[in-house]
Amino acid sequence: MNNTLKENMARSIFMMAAALSIVAVLIICIFIFSNGVPAIKEVGLFHFLFGISWDPEHGLYGIFPMIIGTLVVTAGALVFGVPLGILCAVFLVFYCPKKLRPKVNVIVNMMAGIPSVVYGFFGLVVLVPFIQTMTRTNGMGVLSASILLAVMILPTIISVSQTALSSVDKSYYEGARALGASHDRTVFKVMLPAAKSGILCAVILGLGRAVGETMAVMMVAGNQAIIPFGIFSGTRTLTSHIAMEMGYATDLHRQALIATAVVLFGFILIMNGIMTLVKRRMCHE
Amino acid sequence: MDKIEIQDLDLFYGNFQALRKINLRMKAHEVTALIGPSGCGKSTLLKSINRMNDLIENCHIEGKILVDGKNIDDEDVNLLRKKVGMVFQKANLFPMSIYDNVAYGPKTHGIKDKKRLDEIVECSLKQAAIWEEVKNDLKKSALALSGGQQQRLCIARALAIEPDVLLMDEPTSALDPISTAKVEELILQLKENYTIVIVTHNMQQALRIADQTAFFLQGKVIEFDRTQKIFNDPKEKKTRDYITGRFG
Repeated sequence: MNNTLKENMARSIFMMAAALSIVAVLIICIFIFSNGVPAIKEVGLFHFLFGISWDPEHGLYGIFPMIIGTLVVTAGALVFGVPLGILCAVFLVFYCPKKLRPKVNVIVNMMAGIPSVVYGFFGLVVLVPFIQTMTRTNGMGVLSASILLAVMILPTIISVSQTALSSVDKSYYEGARALGASHDRTVFKVMLPAAKSGILCAVILGLGRAVGETMAVMMVAGNQAIIPFGIFSGTRTLTSHIAMEMGYATDLHRQALIATAVVLFGFILIMNGIMTLVKRRMCHE
Repeated sequence: MDKIEIQDLDLFYGNFQALRKINLRMKAHEVTALIGPSGCGKSTLLKSINRMNDLIENCHIEGKILVDGKNIDDEDVNLLRKKVGMVFQKANLFPMSIYDNVAYGPKTHGIKDKKRLDEIVECSLKQAAIWEEVKNDLKKSALALSGGQQQRLCIARALAIEPDVLLMDEPTSALDPISTAKVEELILQLKENYTIVIVTHNMQQALRIADQTAFFLQGKVIEFDRTQKIFNDPKEKKTRDYITGRFG
């Protein structure tokens, strides 16, 4: 076989692989839009997005409570997860004894591999009862879901921030130390800001994971289809909303759930858009 | 009293001895050039003066360095580095604005007053002869400047902490001839107010700017004298061979 032929074959194999993944995404898009959009039309876009009650038996299909639920729980996860994750990455890169770092990283990577249902189970048997006894509420709700999600996005935030921090030019460190700055000051005033675009990337990836997470949230959030009224209030996210009802839904109910996936899809698109924008702006600075 | 006094300095990286029994004295307001082939230990010595070698693991030093008659090991390292500023071979500006780069040092040492900072930034940039070029772009990223401008900005940043001594590690090795000339001119002006120690590979540069020159070879000072003497009438054959370009 001559080389040109070999090269052409290799190229077509790679092209097929690339095409296949793109086709998969396209098919998913077509599926959810073709099944979801009619339901949105029937319910009415405004009523669907901003309707505050979800009651399929009475023909009410408002997903506003779930949108708020998703936003609140995700925000909560970021509030707990982001500072913790970034500080952990800072520790690993700038403070950790050299021998310890790979060991900690093994554990961090292991955290990323634990199935989400296991996290959910942990939340259910440890976190929820703890919050129950501490606050005399039923324990399932925004706070539990946020804390649990925070733990779940930690590995993403830690490892991406760590990469960002270690790839900061070492000469910045020397430069700052030569000006008489202490190690701490150099780390927090020079190295950390220098890694900000990479760290932002870590936050957005964590955000993506938090928005998409279904199972664990479902197990600890209480799942009432109501707008959460406090941090101990039960809540339901878009993803768990779909997962919980899809099993028995039919007709318009079923279509409305698929339409919920359209909204979720929109969420992810907006997030990616923001990330691209922010990244571009940072590069131009 | 000499500004800097290096006494019987030995320096080891692990088991490797990088410097052997170095004895040098530098007077205030003089420029001292350290010359010699790559790997001869001249940069290592330079970094010992502001204790940057502390950052290197397994680096071990014997002997003494005195700045203003005080042993630098007895001083707080961050205060020492405020007194002994440094400019690196490769411009290492922070990814911040021009203003923030220069203001970083003074802020580090506790100056918070905005007006005072403005003054220091302007004064440092003027001293480094770069004020006219950047005065309208202080908020712009320092990394957008040309290589020569970046190196002069590094000098401004080092001056902003008001040091007495300025250490320069081959500050012009990455610059074009015009930028190099500007930096050299600058060094001659700065010497009025600062004591300067400069590592250079460029013999002509040493001849142009240095009052005294030390020639290093394999971790030892072979010859240390007034620059004119070293270049016109060296005592050692090795020195003569090096400066006439027979090796190195």
